[in-house]
Amino acid sequence: MNVIYKLFVRFFRHMDAYLLLLVFSLLGIGLVILYSASDQSIGRVLYQVVNILVAFVVMWVFSLIPPQQLSRFALPIYILGLVLLIAVAIHGEVRLGARRWLNLGVTSIQPSEFMKIAVPMMLAWYLDKHQEALRLRDFAVASLFLIVPVIFILKQPDLGTALIILASGFFVLFLAGLGWRVIGGIFLAIAALSPVIWHHMHDYQRQRILTLLHPAQYRLGAGYHIIQSTIAMGSGGMFGQGWLHGTQAKLNFLPERSTDFIFAVFSEEFGFAGIMVLVLLFALLIARCMVISMNAPTLFTRLLSGSLTLTFFTYAFVNMAMVSGILPVVGIPLPLISYGGTSIVTLLLGFGILMSINLHRKLVQT
Amino acid sequence: MQKTRSALKNHIVELKRFKTRLAIAIAGMVVLLVVLVARFAWLQIYQYQFYQTLAENNRVSRVPIVPNRGLILDRKGVVLAENLPGYSLEITPSKVKNLKGIISRLSHVVKISSSDIRRFDRLRVESRRFQSLPIRARLSEDEVARFAVNQYKFPGVKIHARLYRFYPFSNLYSHVVGYVGRINDVELNALEKAGQLDDYRGSEHIGKTGVELSYEKVLHGVPGVEQIETDAGGHAVADLGRTLPVSGDNVFLTINNRLQQVANFAFGDHRGALVAIRPQTGAVLAMLSKPGFDPNLFVDGIDTADWKQLNDSPMHPLINRAIHSEYPPGSTFKPFVALAGLTLDPSAANKTIFDPGYYKIPGHSHLFHNWKKGGFGTIGLDRSITVSDDTFFYGLAYALGIDRMAHYVEQFGFGHKTGIDMPGESSGLIPTEAWKRKRYHQPWYPGETVIAGIGQGYVLVTPLQLASAVATLANNGVIMKPHVVKSIQNPETGATQMIDPVVAGKVNASQADLDRVRKDMITVTQPGGTAAGIGYKSPYLIAAKTGTAQVIGLNNGPDAGEKRDNAVFIAYAPADNPQIAVAVVVENGGEGGVTAGPIAKAVLDYYILHKTPPGMEPLDNKVLPAKANQ
Repeated sequence: MNVIYKLFVRFFRHMDAYLLLLVFSLLGIGLVILYSASDQSIGRVLYQVVNILVAFVVMWVFSLIPPQQLSRFALPIYILGLVLLIAVAIHGEVRLGARRWLNLGVTSIQPSEFMKIAVPMMLAWYLDKHQEALRLRDFAVASLFLIVPVIFILKQPDLGTALIILASGFFVLFLAGLGWRVIGGIFLAIAALSPVIWHHMHDYQRQRILTLLHPAQYRLGAGYHIIQSTIAMGSGGMFGQGWLHGTQAKLNFLPERSTDFIFAVFSEEFGFAGIMVLVLLFALLIARCMVISMNAPTLFTRLLSGSLTLTFFTYAFVNMAMVSGILPVVGIPLPLISYGGTSIVTLLLGFGILMSINLHRKLVQT
Repeated sequence: MQKTRSALKNHIVELKRFKTRLAIAIAGMVVLLVVLVARFAWLQIYQYQFYQTLAENNRVSRVPIVPNRGLILDRKGVVLAENLPGYSLEITPSKVKNLKGIISRLSHVVKISSSDIRRFDRLRVESRRFQSLPIRARLSEDEVARFAVNQYKFPGVKIHARLYRFYPFSNLYSHVVGYVGRINDVELNALEKAGQLDDYRGSEHIGKTGVELSYEKVLHGVPGVEQIETDAGGHAVADLGRTLPVSGDNVFLTINNRLQQVANFAFGDHRGALVAIRPQTGAVLAMLSKPGFDPNLFVDGIDTADWKQLNDSPMHPLINRAIHSEYPPGSTFKPFVALAGLTLDPSAANKTIFDPGYYKIPGHSHLFHNWKKGGFGTIGLDRSITVSDDTFFYGLAYALGIDRMAHYVEQFGFGHKTGIDMPGESSGLIPTEAWKRKRYHQPWYPGETVIAGIGQGYVLVTPLQLASAVATLANNGVIMKPHVVKSIQNPETGATQMIDPVVAGKVNASQADLDRVRKDMITVTQPGGTAAGIGYKSPYLIAAKTGTAQVIGLNNGPDAGEKRDNAVFIAYAPADNPQIAVAVVVENGGEGGVTAGPIAKAVLDYYILHKTPPGMEPLDNKVLPAKANQ
């Protein structure tokens, strides 16, 4: 018994207890609600448990890699990611009308998922390298590192991932001190170019935005998702219909209910009170990450941890906003809750990096 | 050293900037979080009821259970309109891509005639695309089985088990009972306006004519609801309970089915109408409009060809002549004019005149001819009724003047709707000077008064009004409102609500004058009277009056352009103890006593003596218990 405990401590001591606790609380809630959302499929839940275990191993590994080591690999990883993206563009598998997967014989991978970590890491590394005197030129070059993969991913098309990566990159630039004027200019430019962007959007993307404005007009079409998910949320009321008792979910009215719309199932069954608990856990998790970021030893680790944290928030916010009908439907799952292996692995990898940054802050104190 | 310091300084600046930026980011996150929480509160707390209802509506589908329509029966319980179970083959046009193709393929499985297709096409025009419409009604069991095997080949086509309205006596009651048909858009709007749409959830049929229409509310019943939990695909998941429908009430008519059959037999192939009334109550014992039609044709939408044939026929079978058609009463008007004279101008009525075969208005030269050339010589009121002398009534009408006469005879119900409990009644017409000024912007001519005195000119009456008026005579001047429904029965409890007779008024006439005119009407059926043949060897006394109204033959009809008079006949019997009053109009039937009289006689004979006319098969009553409503 003692031996096992010692072994346990030895293996996990370096991991941040707060993060670990919060992440696993959220993952636990995810499993509970997944059981309901999947029509009480134990198989589905066990599969997700396996996903979590795999992701946990990844997290454990990354929590052991010192940040300096990580920064050394930023460029090669980024280039590898870019190559994979190009390979997808040329030779990718088409699933559900999008070219996102790369068949490696043994398994299929989604390089865009990989870029969620690789891009902020690359930007953080680049800006760290030029930290002596960060000029606009450096930001411009960094932006280029950001834009290129985003365009590839947009072309797949995968708007959700592209936006997330764009956001994560932007967070790096923002935290590194990108001038307010430049930021203002970027937003003005986006506003000015919005008609052009609108023109280049896919029909279904435009429809999703229109749907958000007038859901009733698209009652059975694109508006169906939003209408049904707001009904699910609203009917949850203060304390919800109770676990396994959400009629919107149980009777198939909610689409994508174990992935992108799992939050609607949660809201229906646990109500406003349940949501508050969930939101609190998310907030604590983000707060912990922020503390780690504050105390990070180098610019690279600060930028990377800050960006990963803000991206995590963006994930959660966009998903909840989409499910509750204040943002258009983009394919973004609720982090740590939604079903899906890749997303969990990427997320826990990110938390692994944060743990490593936290662990190594004293060792490389400058 | 310098470099290190600057690097250090740089580092501090950079760290400070980073922390500022992080603080801004945190502020941004807090704002967004507040927005999100506000949204959740809005949806889950403020709008909870609204979304709760929506979720409930999503989940629970309410399937209406259509109530059984009440039966319509004759006064003794013979079923005149019933519900028979059957299968229909239905197509939902919105679910079918190639309608023509699927119908042609269907016709290899079940028999679909060209008339079925025409009927279906007509329904499609009247209905909404997502409604399921019958292409074939009343499938045989063989056909049901054959379709069931092949059903997978016909998406959007299904077998529907339900109750059919069925009229076992076919055209015998086409007008009285009427028929139901599929609810059209006009009726749907009317129901919506009346706030009755809920009562028609799931119903496909509604009363269109006759008692089926006038007693629609009573017959229809209240639908039940089955609450079913369904998933998003519309599949039933659980039964959440049901409210049973309330069947419509059974309606018993005042009609005597056997009498109706006798009247129909006696009428033969003539066109026209017959109404028989019980004088003491106003109950309609028989009501016939000829020709009739088969109301069963209308129940599931009529085939275009059948509809055209019925609607365009010069015989106008769809019109209920008994209450809708207006005819000149001819000489049957005379007893009422006589009473007007006796009451309002006794000196003129009691005068004895000399009839040279014509009448001249004092100071005018135009001759108003008597029907009998050469006239009846010296004659008074009583004999003028017996032999139907026109000259006497020309003079009496002139003496009364049109307005006085009109005002008086209107008491008998002429010129007004009787208020019978059936749709489509006409009011007839009793002209006055004011009416003519208003209608034609012309003055009234005295000659028009003269011919009105013998029920010609502008005077128009419905057969129902005639029957009601003669029933009023029989009932000592007490007017009973005519009605066709005797009672309403709750099919579940058997509780019966009787429809009480309604006194509509009393005619202003002395008992002596009433008795006198009634006695005169008895002489009509006795030797020397215009309907002597009717009373010949009759074991009971008949009071009657014949009429022959000049009309032009039907346009495009068999006697197009030919002048052939309508035969009119009114009677009641037994004259000393009246039990039944009857009015008969035979279009282009010639003389009233000859054509219309025997029809009336057959009805009286059956009602009083239970004697069927010679040549008629024994009556089959088809008595079904009233509870057979399931």
